[in-house]
Parts: sequence; structure tokens; C-alpha cells
Amino acid sequence: MKPAATSPDRESLVITREGGALCLRLAGEWTLLAQGRPAANVLQAEFAQSTRLPETMSFDLSGVTHFDTALISFLLKCYDICSATKTKFEFDSLPAGPRQLLLLATTVPQVEDVHQRIEKLNPIAQIGRWAQNSAVESLEILQFIGDCMVAFWRFFTGRARFRWSDVWLEMQQCGVDALPIISLIGFLMGLILAYVGAVTLRPYGGLIFIANLVGLAMAREMGVMMTGVLMSGRTGASFAAQLGTMKVSEEIAALRTLGLSPIEYLVLPRMIALFLMFPLLTLYANFIGMFGGLVVALTMGLDYSQYIIQLTNAVDLTNMSVGLIKSFVFGLIVAATGCLRGIQCGNSSAAVGLATTRAVVSGITCMVIADAIFAVIFNTLHM
Amino acid sequence: MPENDPPQISVRHLDMAYGDFVVMRGLTFDIARGEIFAIMGGSGSGKSTLLRHLIGLQEPAAGEVLYNGADFTHADTQARNQILRKFGVMFQGGALWSSLTLAENVAFPLEEFTDLPAETIHDTVELKLALVGLRGFEDFYPAEISGGMCKRASLARAMALDPEILFFDEPSAGLDPVSARRLDELILQLRDSLGTTVVVVTHELASIFAIADRAIYLDVATRTMGGLGDPSTLRSQSTNENLRLFLNRGMAGLHLHQDPATGAPFITATHRRSL
Repeated sequence: MKPAATSPDRESLVITREGGALCLRLAGEWTLLAQGRPAANVLQAEFAQSTRLPETMSFDLSGVTHFDTALISFLLKCYDICSATKTKFEFDSLPAGPRQLLLLATTVPQVEDVHQRIEKLNPIAQIGRWAQNSAVESLEILQFIGDCMVAFWRFFTGRARFRWSDVWLEMQQCGVDALPIISLIGFLMGLILAYVGAVTLRPYGGLIFIANLVGLAMAREMGVMMTGVLMSGRTGASFAAQLGTMKVSEEIAALRTLGLSPIEYLVLPRMIALFLMFPLLTLYANFIGMFGGLVVALTMGLDYSQYIIQLTNAVDLTNMSVGLIKSFVFGLIVAATGCLRGIQCGNSSAAVGLATTRAVVSGITCMVIADAIFAVIFNTLHM
Repeated sequence: MPENDPPQISVRHLDMAYGDFVVMRGLTFDIARGEIFAIMGGSGSGKSTLLRHLIGLQEPAAGEVLYNGADFTHADTQARNQILRKFGVMFQGGALWSSLTLAENVAFPLEEFTDLPAETIHDTVELKLALVGLRGFEDFYPAEISGGMCKRASLARAMALDPEILFFDEPSAGLDPVSARRLDELILQLRDSLGTTVVVVTHELASIFAIADRAIYLDVATRTMGGLGDPSTLRSQSTNENLRLFLNRGMAGLHLHQDPATGAPFITATHRRSL
């Protein structure tokens, strides 16, 4: 009898080896909360030399007072070691309780190839992978744009299937319900622009030109951009979440099995609603912003009628229309990106969160790019 | 039914795959008009995927699905929509539109695809909900009712247009035994009175033996059809071991497992352990 290893305290595991037969005697409390339980790697010493592998492994559990899953985990690890080295695991040396549990745990063999292989790619491969994904993504976007165009065509020829009640509802939720936040942010934006302008203009005695600054900035750029960013965060994210959740709960699949196009039924009403609401919100934001500038001007001692005259001279119809033209396009962008990300949503709640994030980011990115393109166009047209 | 009529649903050499991962291959079977057909298989065998292929929600990697001899897989949108009008589908979780009440959900297909007056639609909705035992819940939203009730409402919606073919994805999952039994009876009644063809994806053995005329077994191990035919016949005579285990609920008696040391028999789950 060759005593091999003993564990630190209470001798909870004693390993003995007689030729090819390995015997493990367990004693004491083998529970999850008990201290000082040895881990299965204590057996490594016995299996270290490949020429002297044990032929059988048996157990003596007579000294075990309490046990729970901790014991079964240990036994399972021993079983795994035996399977790897073709040692015979003596089930019948175990008492009935642990034996039955262990048999249950080991009847279905571990499936080998199921693990998702998360490969660590080298940088070149990562670039390649990114390029592949971008290609697929671009195709999806093109397909979506195409579907939207078809939907609009069917709308103009009176054949689109959707509910007008959805359009009115969206107009209320995106348009009317957004007025408070647009008022607040618009007013403050005008205010901030006026203060910034005042810093530069005061030394030159040109405070009256605050009217030009605030008026032109709001009308041409800030009004529409601010509305766009706000609405992307508010409405674009909301569309993505709505459509994403519908996708997860198979509501979109249910529409498709009825032969309805989800683009026509879900995306089209939202695009129509935003197309109509965005210019109105932008106009409103512009005026509120100019009002904010007026408030600052008044506090700086400027005359009310002077400010108004300066403002109306500076901001003519051309400047107003620059912002408004952009607002139609931005409305479509916010609706399209929100709905696209919703439809592309994966199949879990985490995916819905991702969809909303992507909606806002793509919405804002596309709007800024569109703004840049418009800047060039309007410059060329001398608008 | 004349002998030379094409079967109502034909599947020819269907391969289903997610990207590179092949779920099932070489599926070939027919479903006759007025038949109740069960799709069975272990977890991950692709039962719901097969259903999605039959109703056009997914494109096959190979092969095709035909309805009354007409190719559904390669049809254009127009022809596809014509065929889709003949289906009613009940999804696994119900898939009711959450912003509509139960009555509005059931009325939806009627409003979209018929010119019936509102009165008639209302009466029809009442009937369909009564058939599934939900009369009185017309104005409830899906979030306000239990999961089992959602499934029953979704069945009412699937039946709204009196379709020729009904597809059910795990209809009895989550239903109490009495409701499950009532559902079986409803399915049989729909077939007997209206001649509806029913395709059911299910694991519920009691239902399979109660209602299915024929069944197909999707074998995860071989990734193809493991059996096709009458369930009782398959249970006793199939050569596929997994199929017999499935239909006998994995009972020992088919295959005694032995404790290798003592030779003592024990009852375990379906797979044979090897060491």
C-alpha cells in the first residue's frame, strides 16, 4: 500500500495506489461551502507519467458525512480524467445517490464541435473581414433603399397597403410631442449663439449684427441640424426599438406571411410622417432660436424694433429655404436609418439595444454627410 | 380526389442551411389535401426552420416547395402572394401585433383582404375568438393576457380567412392539458368540417397520436428525414432507432442501458453512453 498524497486539513481526500488500481478515499464534508476541499488536479501526480497510468479508478465514500453538488463536480472531473486516459472508472464503487447523479451527467457525451470558435485574426485578416462585412452591409442598405423607392412609387400610384391611422399617430408622436424639447433646445441654442457672437462683435461696436449671426446660423444650419440630431435620438431610436422588438417577437414575420410588405406597412407611414413634420419642426426651431437671440439682444441694451429689422433684412427667403430644403431630406434620413436598423435587428433584447444605437449613429452620420453635400450644392447655386 | 391531381404541398429535395451550417438536407415529401401532417424532431433538428421554408419566410439552399404543383420557391411576388392568401400561420409565441387589441388582430386579415362590411367582420371576429375560448377578451391587448391566451388568439387570427392550409408552430407548448386537448379537437373539427389541411410542428406525443394522419421525423444525427408515415406504424415498425425512442418517450424496454461494472440496468435519457 503506497500512500500517495494527503490534502491539507481533515484528510478529506486520501489517494492510494496499488499497482494499476487507484483508490480515492473521501471523507468529511463535501459541500460547496465547506473549506479546504481539494481540487481534482491533485490527481495529476498519478497521471503524470504516461507509462505508469492507472488502469482503474475506484472510490471509498464511507467517510463522507454531508455532500452536495461539490462532490458530484469533483467526481465528474475525475471521470473526465479517466476518459482522457482510458482508465476504467468504477461506477459501482460509488454509493447509489452520487452514482445515479454522475450517470445522468455522463450519459450524453460532450458534443465536440459545438463551441463557437472565436478566432483571433491577425490585422490583415481583420481588415479583410471588415471589408467583407461592409460589402454585405452595403448590399443590405441598397436593397432597403430600393424597397423604399418601390414603396413610395406604390404610394404615389395609390396601391400601397398601410394604415393612415398609423401616419397620424406617428405625426403626433414625432411632431407635436417633440415641440417642448425643440422649444427648449432651440431657444437655448439661439441664446448661446448670441452670447458667442457678442464676444466677438462687442469690441467693434457691432452688437446689432447678433441678429444676422443668430438669424443666418439658425435658418441655414443650426435649426435644421439641431432638429435632426434631436429627432434622430428621439424618433430614430424609437423607430429602431419598435421595429426591432417586432422583429424579435415575430410580428414582422406574421405580416410577411399575410403577404404584406413590412416596408409598405411599417416603414412608409413613418417616412411620410417625418417628411411632413421635419420642415414644420425646423421652421419652429428657427423662430424659437431667433427669439432666443432677441432675448439676449434686449438684455444687452439693443432696441427691439432695430433687432427685428436687422433680422428680417439678413434672413431672406433664400436663407430660410436653404434650411427647409435640407429638413425634408433629413426627415427621410432619420426615418430610413431608424427603420433600417430596426429591421436589421438580431434576435435578442441586447440586439434591440444595439439597433437603437446604430440608428442614432447612422442617422447623425448620414445627416452630416448630407449637410456637407448640400453646402457644396448651395454654394454652387449661390444660394 | 382524382388520382392525377398534384398533392396540395410538395417538397422536393429541400436543403435548409444557415450560411455554411446545413440544418437538413434532401427532404422530400407530399402533403395531401385535408391531411393533418406533423413535423417532429429532436431539439435543433430544424422543425421550425422547415415550417418557415414552407411558408416562404426563408429561402432553401437547394430544392423547392410546390403548392398544387405550382413552384412556390421560384415564383414571383404576385404569384407568391396569391399562394400566401391561402395560408393561416400560428407562430410559436403567438406573434400578435402588440399595438392592436385581440379583436383588431383577428380582424386585420379580414380588413386587408376582403371587402366585408364592418358589421360582418365584427361577427366573424367574435366567432373565431369564441372557437378558441376567448370570447369577452376582444378589447384586451396582448400584453394584458397570458401566454396561453396569446397563442389561442393567434390561432383565431390564423383562422380568420378560413384558409385552406393552417400551419402551427408548437401550438400546445405552454398550454395546460385541457386546453391542449381542446386545441386537438378544434384541429380535428376544422379538418372534418372545412376540409382544412393542417401542418403542425410539435413534440407533444399525445397530440401527434391523437390528430396526425402522417408525420415526418427530422433526424438530428443524420441531418435528413428519419421517417415518414403514420405515427403508430412508425412507433412500432420504424428502423430508425432515434425515431422509435422519440415516439416511445425514450422508455427503456427498447434499449436497456447497463451499468458497465455490475451489469445492473438503469434508466437514463435517450443516448447510449460510451466509455
